Amino acid sequence: MRQRKDSPWHGLWTVTAKELADHLGSARMRVLEWLVILTAAASLYAVFQTIRETTASDPYVYLKLLTQAQSPMPSFAALLGFLVPLMAIGLGFDAINGEYNRRTMSRLLSQPIYRDAVLMGKFLAGMATLAISLAALWLLVVGAGLLMLGVPPRGEEIARVLVFLLLALAYAGIWLTLAMLCSVCFRSAATSALVGLGLWLFLTLLWPMLAPALAQVISPPDTLALLLGRPDPHTLQWQQALARLSPSSLFGESMLALLNPATRALGPVYLSQLQGALAGAPLPLGQSLAIIWPQAVGLVAGVIVLLTISYTVFQRQEVRA
Amino acid sequence: MNAAVIQAASLCKRYGDRAAVTDATFEIRGGEVFGLLGPNGAGKTTTILMLLGLTEVSSGTIRVLDRDPQRAPLQVKREVGYMPDAVGFYDALTARENLAFSAKLMGIPRSGRAGRIEAALERVGLAGVGGNKVATFSRGMRQRLGLAEVIMKQARVAVLDEPTSGLDPQAAEDFLTLINDLRHDGVTVLLSSHMLEHMQRICDRVALFHAGRIALLGSVDELARQVLGGHRYVNIEARAGQALQLLRGIEGVRQVEQAGEHRYRLLADRDVRSQAAHAIVSAGGELLRMDDDTPGLDVIYNRYFESAHTEEEHATT
Repeated sequence: MRQRKDSPWHGLWTVTAKELADHLGSARMRVLEWLVILTAAASLYAVFQTIRETTASDPYVYLKLLTQAQSPMPSFAALLGFLVPLMAIGLGFDAINGEYNRRTMSRLLSQPIYRDAVLMGKFLAGMATLAISLAALWLLVVGAGLLMLGVPPRGEEIARVLVFLLLALAYAGIWLTLAMLCSVCFRSAATSALVGLGLWLFLTLLWPMLAPALAQVISPPDTLALLLGRPDPHTLQWQQALARLSPSSLFGESMLALLNPATRALGPVYLSQLQGALAGAPLPLGQSLAIIWPQAVGLVAGVIVLLTISYTVFQRQEVRA
Repeated sequence: MNAAVIQAASLCKRYGDRAAVTDATFEIRGGEVFGLLGPNGAGKTTTILMLLGLTEVSSGTIRVLDRDPQRAPLQVKREVGYMPDAVGFYDALTARENLAFSAKLMGIPRSGRAGRIEAALERVGLAGVGGNKVATFSRGMRQRLGLAEVIMKQARVAVLDEPTSGLDPQAAEDFLTLINDLRHDGVTVLLSSHMLEHMQRICDRVALFHAGRIALLGSVDELARQVLGGHRYVNIEARAGQALQLLRGIEGVRQVEQAGEHRYRLLADRDVRSQAAHAIVSAGGELLRMDDDTPGLDVIYNRYFESAHTEEEHATT
């Protein structure tokens, strides 16, 4: 086996810094940011109207701010779950094929750097851009909250939201790496964007509808369960397992547990588990984290797997189109 | 001559079943301008990419500056400047910013960066537009910016892929001058092109690629001897009765064509100019013009592909 010399990370920061500057200055990013800010403002505005009445009595008013939905607007967190993938795909869909289309790839690779630096640099720049956007957005929400509600957020609320933002970042990372994988596989930026968006729509909208049907096929419910009108636990287990293949359901579940401290379980709850429980009592942060730990690991693992696949495909790709 | 800078031995590159380059063996010496010549798809760019370690070699060995580009690509890429075919830049950045990005990747220390960028831009005549976005640049300016990058790198070897294709005659001329300047700096230049006239003027030696193989290798004169044999053409313009017969009678002349009124084209085995002049003048004719038609690369090229073509036809029938 040929062993390569020199560090594969040589030039990584140069690429990252350049890509980050590109992202932050790009018209595309500005459009996406305004989209997020305006929808978030609309959702928050409606929530502020009602939440002011319960500010004094609610210990988690800043979490409510994120999770409360005021029809017709969905909650801020749900909107974020919808818009973050859009932003991530928007940043990643032409990461690699854009270099080919601008005919800069061979010039870039003829500099003394490895391909690792190009791919990782682009990934890190995308993540940094998303992190900056998410952090800025959250700070805006907190600022608006301080002005409108007049109560500072409590330490635990801040901790919960920070963990939530980290998970949102991992969730965004999945879509970013997916979009980058598309940009490695397809030479046309339009194809890559369409495939990325198509996969996102499929996994976010269609998969949750398909999962129960598939579960019924794989593990048909018992006649007894049918007679009693209760869901069969095996079918339910399958349904949940299948639904969790989609990153959006992983993210949705962790959002639920983190931003709503009263959440005790994400699956079906048995009567035995409710013994001695104080209904509606909030869990401490540590316990909420324990609930979403598998989801968090799943999201991070998804990023790593997708990045590895992109990396492998990209390393073997011919420089010439 | 200097020691070999690039050595390739039995270089092969296969894409699946298709062989892009087969058994290419050549050596490029220090300070030389070496041309890769051939029609599109003949394997020139593939060979260049293998030299830079940008694509894997199927078999054979390469040494660039005594290093293996497959094993130590970064060390090779540090010393070799590459300008790809139809080079691209980041349109949203200015020429200076584009070069600054490359300079950082090259590892040029911060203190020396600005000076080297300026010097390179100055040399290719882009100093005045260095602050403009590359999106506004013409093809010729982009090519020059690509060369500026190679100059900035202070590379010992410059590899230029199709540097003059798509340029207008004046821009191509300027570009050839810039390449010549590189030679005076002692840079070894490897360039590929199918612009024969340009190659003939600038290259010390050329390798003619045909269907992935190096068909001919050597200086233009050597190639002429290989392809055209010892034959040479002489163009004569003369007024004389029976000029055609007179010229045909000269010893060593194999063929005479009438190329126009009073104009003749001789194909001879050796230099027959003095005999031809003597024959015409002694017959009472007027010799208006006579020149030795040195075979150009285009003649060699066309002749080679004609014969290669007929051989292929023979092989198929």
